[in-house]
Amino acid sequence: MSFEKPSFRHPKLAKNSAGYTRKDYEGAISTLCAGCGHDSATNAIIQACFELGIEPHRVAKMSGIGCSSKTPAYFLSKSHGFNSVHGRMPSIATGANMANRDLLYIGISGDGDTASIGMGQFAHALRRNLNLNYICMNNGCYGLTKGQDSATADMGSAGKKGTPNPYSSIDLCELAIELGASYVARGFSGDKQQLVPLIKGAFAHSGLAFIDVISPCVTFNNTDTSTKSYQYVREHIEATNTFDFIPLQQEILASYDEGTSQEVVMHDGSIIHLHKTDSTKEVTDRLRAVNNLEEEKASGRLLTGLLYVNQDITDTHDIINSTLRPLNSLTEADLCPGNEALEEINEGLR
Amino acid sequence: MNKIESVNDFVVRFANVNGSGSASANNLFAKAIFRAGVPVSPKNIFPSNIQGLPTWYEVRVNEDGFLGRRGGVDMTIAVNSQTLFRDYQELPPGGYFLFDSSKDLSDEFSRDDIIVIGIPLTRLCNDEFKNPKLRQLLKNIIYVGSLAFLLDIEFSILTDSIKKQFAKKPKLAEPNIKALELGYDYAKENYQGVCGLSVRRVDKLGDDILMDGNSAFGLGAVYAGATVTGWYPITPSTSVIEAFERYSAKFRTEDDTGRRKVAIIQAEDELAALGIVIGASWNGARSFTATSGPGVSLMSEFLGLAYFAEIPVVLIDVQRAGPSTGMPTRTQQSDLLSCAYASHGDTKNVLLFPCDPKECFQLGANAFDLAERLQTPIIVMSDLDLGMNDHVSAPLRWDDNRKYDRGKVLTAEQLENKQEKWGRYLDVDGDGICYRTYPGTHPTKGAYFTRGTSHNEYSAYTEESSIYLANMERLLVKWETARNIVPGPRTKISDEKLGIGVIFYGTTTHAAYEAISRFAGKGLHINTMRIRSFPFQDEVIDFINDHETIFVIEQNRDAQLRTMLMTENNISPRKLQSILNYDGLPITANFITERIKSLLGIDHKTQKDTEGETS
Repeated sequence: MSFEKPSFRHPKLAKNSAGYTRKDYEGAISTLCAGCGHDSATNAIIQACFELGIEPHRVAKMSGIGCSSKTPAYFLSKSHGFNSVHGRMPSIATGANMANRDLLYIGISGDGDTASIGMGQFAHALRRNLNLNYICMNNGCYGLTKGQDSATADMGSAGKKGTPNPYSSIDLCELAIELGASYVARGFSGDKQQLVPLIKGAFAHSGLAFIDVISPCVTFNNTDTSTKSYQYVREHIEATNTFDFIPLQQEILASYDEGTSQEVVMHDGSIIHLHKTDSTKEVTDRLRAVNNLEEEKASGRLLTGLLYVNQDITDTHDIINSTLRPLNSLTEADLCPGNEALEEINEGLR
Repeated sequence: MNKIESVNDFVVRFANVNGSGSASANNLFAKAIFRAGVPVSPKNIFPSNIQGLPTWYEVRVNEDGFLGRRGGVDMTIAVNSQTLFRDYQELPPGGYFLFDSSKDLSDEFSRDDIIVIGIPLTRLCNDEFKNPKLRQLLKNIIYVGSLAFLLDIEFSILTDSIKKQFAKKPKLAEPNIKALELGYDYAKENYQGVCGLSVRRVDKLGDDILMDGNSAFGLGAVYAGATVTGWYPITPSTSVIEAFERYSAKFRTEDDTGRRKVAIIQAEDELAALGIVIGASWNGARSFTATSGPGVSLMSEFLGLAYFAEIPVVLIDVQRAGPSTGMPTRTQQSDLLSCAYASHGDTKNVLLFPCDPKECFQLGANAFDLAERLQTPIIVMSDLDLGMNDHVSAPLRWDDNRKYDRGKVLTAEQLENKQEKWGRYLDVDGDGICYRTYPGTHPTKGAYFTRGTSHNEYSAYTEESSIYLANMERLLVKWETARNIVPGPRTKISDEKLGIGVIFYGTTTHAAYEAISRFAGKGLHINTMRIRSFPFQDEVIDFINDHETIFVIEQNRDAQLRTMLMTENNISPRKLQSILNYDGLPITANFITERIKSLLGIDHKTQKDTEGETS
């Protein structure tokens, strides 16, 4: 159930380059628990869309089943949404994307939805490099079914149920890099400053952009014994680097001292400026990117930020060499060969 | 010994080793009969294996145009040593046994009631052809040459076929024609006047074509404007998509850019395949997929989502023998219940039952219009026999004035001008179908949330009982609308008083008509109804009510169509008697004839039936 939000808008509310206010990017009131990390993540998505001047109706938001999969109702109410079935959001997104390559696709999932039942579809969306912004809201548990461990729960971590998880955990980011992802990031719902540019970079990326957002579950997995609690995350977090995201249209205002930044030019022309210091990690080399993750794990730290980015890629549409015109815009004239051609085929079968 | 004598009415069976290139030679044989204007019905009975196991290719020749399996065989070309004895023993008295006499038959081959024709295929082949790669293929062509002599097939039909087949590589035609000549000459020198079976050129086929059902589906999908498919390989549906790929390569490439006006994605499993179809369809592209029984089981959840969220889907189920992995290369019609009622909860899906390649093309193409008009899954029920064998069929036709029916979709202009509030699940005209919108249509209007959860008319989540009930009831109204627009049955009434009728669907059709014509020949006129879709129309119910005795002929163990007729239309079990064939091979006219006789209590002694007693 969603409650009606008041539609009153302050006349002086700031408008973005597309003529929309921030309110135009909001959705219905959240029915998630008070303090849920997902609501902060949702806010970051709204912020990123607003600041980039994206037209809401040119976005399609897809999700699976779970608490996180409910969030598309809470942002971009002017966009079409598809809350599908558990673990199967990527295939729906694939079909939708094939039908119209020109929309921006946001796929929301959770650790339960992705890392167990959704493991296969996650892997193959990556293999095909679908042009999708895949945001996994990761709280290490199944919130909507009341607190079971998910496959990303760390070994030994204990949520509200109290029993430590005995199984190995899946690191979705490291797995994504291994499977061929070319934009992999990890954020934290409690750090919007880091998360918003990560989302913007994802939007600019042409291919599958995966963001693992650690998003604590206040009801079932925010205990002292959980490695996905607010407290634990804050104490163990480490960032790869910081960066500026410069969209294509924006003037570059900052200047960078020589040797202090690395530039990554995105497919659509926007630029990510990675700030380099002694402690920053190399994220444009795949081998180093994986090593970064392994090193952090060994030292008990949780690595966040842009983990790996590579613009030398082709997305699914490039691979299958599909027409630049959206397939859903083609008509009989484009698609139907006609009776004369059929007669030729008949002749060949006699 | 009375050798079997017949002109244009016999069955030839080839017993080969699979993976040996025999298909090519056997197709050549069947095509030659077709080109002589004689109705021919080739059936490939192949193992679930790539190479090395027995495979049979059964060709029925029948001037009267009966295209189903008859039952029994008159001549066997036995070139698989594994099954040689079995093939020998199975021939009826007076039958013909052609084998590779490069090696003698052992002593156990001692019948005196069949005609043995030895052609030294291996010796002839190896003496003439030195290239080992070609030998295997050409050895089979030699027996086709022998058959040309034995069965009086005009030799030029075969040589023309070879030249046409190798039009782009004429050098390959030469050895093939040589092989044909070797076989022909040997048979002529040694077996003059031996074979009583004969092919005589007639013009029974007009402008008919010879095509497999799966290719017809693939072509139909191109004509119907499908642009997206997600699919997963499974026997026997893979060739639907392969045909779609082939025809798309020909017809869907942009002249100026070379880009493709189609997206064909090989998915990681059947669930993903159907997910791709649903996502594309939701987003305004016509999409479809093809699978078989095991795939339908996997697709169950997504089918329920498409049913409840009301998203168009076209699914082609090329049925094979189940249950479970069953017999992957054998035919059956046993997925009716799992398709009609796919998924948990109260669901019902529209089914279509094509019977030949022309209907695969037509009903396949129409399925897209139906899917988008009804906003629901349309499952087209084919089977391995129809899909993978070549069938004589009327030629395919397309009306160039035909426009696609995209169903109820609101444009930007309509959204802009709408006075009343629009709801995705709001029925505005009483047919149970509501207007939908494609993503990206209008800047501020028309966006909605698609969900598999219970929804109100404006697509918001609801747990209100009355709203949930109203939505479920509306789906039944839609079901009634479907009943009026899906293809009706084909009924033939030849006796309004006798009161006996048969009902059948799909590939049972040819064998059923043949059995009925035999009874008609004896003065017993049985009425027939060929069902072409589910839900069932009033015409179907009336037919059942108008007859005292009804036989439902189908190819599954549990009489699935009978179950549906009873369940959906409150028909008494006593009214419908079953005739069931489900051994994995296409049903025969003999089988149906015997069963009807048995059920009607017709005495074998008093009814003299000289046709097709062999079985």
